[in-house]
Amino acid sequence: MSIKILIPTPLRPYAGKQSIIEVTAQTVGEALKALVAQHPDLRKHLFSEDGKLRSFVNVYLNDEDIRYLSKDATPVKETDTISIVPSVAGGI
Amino acid sequence: MASPTETSPAILSNEEILRYSRHLIMPEVTLEGQKKLKAARVLCVGTGGLGSPLALYLAAAGVGTLGLVDFDVVDYTNLQRQILHYTSDVGRLKLDSAIDKLTAINPFVEIKRFDTYLNSQNALEIFKDFDIIADGTDNFATRYLVNDACVLSGKPNVYASIFRFEGQASIFATEAGPCYRCLYPEPPPPGLVPSCAEGGVLGVLPGLLGVIQATEVIKLILGVGEPLIGRLVLVDALAMRFRELRVRRNPECPVCGTNPTVKELIDYNQFCGVRGEESEASTSVKIPEIQPEELKRRLDGKEDIFVLDVREPHEYQIVNIKGHLIPLGDLPTRVHELDSSREIVVHCKSGARSAKAVDFLRKSGFKHATNLTGGILAWADRIDTTLPKY
Repeated sequence: MSIKILIPTPLRPYAGKQSIIEVTAQTVGEALKALVAQHPDLRKHLFSEDGKLRSFVNVYLNDEDIRYLSKDATPVKETDTISIVPSVAGGI
Repeated sequence: MASPTETSPAILSNEEILRYSRHLIMPEVTLEGQKKLKAARVLCVGTGGLGSPLALYLAAAGVGTLGLVDFDVVDYTNLQRQILHYTSDVGRLKLDSAIDKLTAINPFVEIKRFDTYLNSQNALEIFKDFDIIADGTDNFATRYLVNDACVLSGKPNVYASIFRFEGQASIFATEAGPCYRCLYPEPPPPGLVPSCAEGGVLGVLPGLLGVIQATEVIKLILGVGEPLIGRLVLVDALAMRFRELRVRRNPECPVCGTNPTVKELIDYNQFCGVRGEESEASTSVKIPEIQPEELKRRLDGKEDIFVLDVREPHEYQIVNIKGHLIPLGDLPTRVHELDSSREIVVHCKSGARSAKAVDFLRKSGFKHATNLTGGILAWADRIDTTLPKY
């Protein structure tokens, strides 16, 4: 199904400057794979060399961190939104 | 008029009652609440973008003791957003500037100054005399330090961070709530996320987030409302959208989990890879450099040098030395515009992005690519002082 992925500011330059990208997927894992297939520059910012999600990037399905759901296997519905939330430190 | 420091926390003078009248008449505050504010001791780490609105509003609200940690000096480029500091403060210590304004707003606030860089040796000692810590710092190492010190000292960490026009806010390190490491167990490798100097920041953004921080501090002190414990607020100022995500306490968190492995403060620079090797193995070869003076000499001597500018178009509009513009992000797809047989000197604003460009070009077979040390800022400093700096 078609699902929206919200792209945070620091990653938009690698996603064709878009803030929302739609992909077709049944699970969060599939959605992220589809995302980096469409925008290969995103891959190194989201995944480490061994294909794992980088630890300073959190992925949420609606308002819940997927670490506390079924991680990559978390199923998605048409009305769901995936948010990518990297850590940022600016404050000064 | 009673001297501000003579009134004890339990009593509000007539002047204070008048000053805070708009608080006192609210059922959410009342006289009792205002006394709690006066008795509260809040430490603001950083008096810059976030720290400015934070400290200003906490002082205005009547927080009795405000600690300020900052070692920095006011810079001209700070004035666009660090509203504690005025043009006349450029060159002064931020703490001196901050204390002047805060005491002018509210002489009843006792200010404790810490002219220092917060580090693993002093953090716990500084934190112990405060009830709440507000994190207004600007780098990952200090954020992890503040978080760990808060968990170890049992003090809540009212957190906010910003990037360009987006921000995050939450409260970490409360008794039952998550800590920063529950949200982000590890920092990104250095160089992956640009600083405000490199990425820019909408001046009003730390204003928005800093006031959210001040609001949360006040709510914690008063014990009212729903604090941002276990909640991460995401602010997109351009869209003016506020979203909320849930933050859960991680039972395996090394600092606040059921079996903590971090029981004392560590070397955070090492943790964040600041002094260590970068995870991308690109810095093992030294990037060849050229000083501005040498470039000038060779250009004046009409040597055949191709100047490549890897900044963004809007930076080129501010100032340029007539280089050929290919933004760093576009370089891989536009590298065919360059002639690898020519000598190419690459520059950016201060030399960081151009170093990456030279590294990329050399690896792509451009044997004659060198980096202009210090970028266009150094050129404007030493070669052509008529050029604006930014």
